[in-house]
Amino acid sequence: MNISTEDRNGRTILNLGEERIDAHNSGELKDYILKLLEDGHTRLVVNLSGVRFIDSSGLGALLSGYKNASLRSGSFVLAGLQPRVQSMFELTRLHRVFDIYPSLREVPGND
Amino acid sequence: MCGETGINVEIVVPNQTRYLSLIGNIAEQVAKTLDVYTGDRDALAYHLNLVLTEAMVNAIQHAAPGDTHKTVRVCMYIEDKDLRIYVYDYGQGFDLNKVPAPNLDALNERGRGIFFMRTFMDWVSYRKTDNGNVLEMYKKLG
Repeated sequence: MNISTEDRNGRTILNLGEERIDAHNSGELKDYILKLLEDGHTRLVVNLSGVRFIDSSGLGALLSGYKNASLRSGSFVLAGLQPRVQSMFELTRLHRVFDIYPSLREVPGND
Repeated sequence: MCGETGINVEIVVPNQTRYLSLIGNIAEQVAKTLDVYTGDRDALAYHLNLVLTEAMVNAIQHAAPGDTHKTVRVCMYIEDKDLRIYVYDYGQGFDLNKVPAPNLDALNERGRGIFFMRTFMDWVSYRKTDNGNVLEMYKKLG
């Protein structure tokens, strides 16, 4: 899976370079996030602006990240959701769980 | 089985997740050709991509353990306003009726795939065939 990270203002930003998050790459995303958390990067921002499709396993991988960040008293923020992707979060009510920002620029402390 | 008139798309791929995007993208392209559909065709394209992706994952997961030579066969059949999708697998199968609706207030990482199929299609069934199983989905393209 194509992921790049950058540290900015105390947060680690994951830029996902994939158009699809599905059962083919969601396991890798889940493991990548867990490794970051284990390495002490507990304030994560996932930039989903390039993702145009997400399936149930992709939602599950992000939920895993959220839960594991919470266990470490960290934060797990999503940014840049495209409308169809956003609608998947709304259908499953996960938009109530995650902190979601329209873009990276609007994540507090990220400007 | 597939129909013999209208749009008829049949695809056979190895039961590996690397082919999910191929199947999903074909479903999207088919949706975008459906002039008969008066709703949001881009939304329909996403939804068909999603239900095909979920159905294929389901077929892969229920394949015979350790057998990488098996295939998944997908058929989409559209005639007038009737859309039927068949996803065949050759595993042991499962009882769709025993899959509960997910508790959306619980933070379970799994269990939303069948929910998506039931949400975006008018009905979903899963049954045994002579040499495997078929997941069938139907949607009226109103």
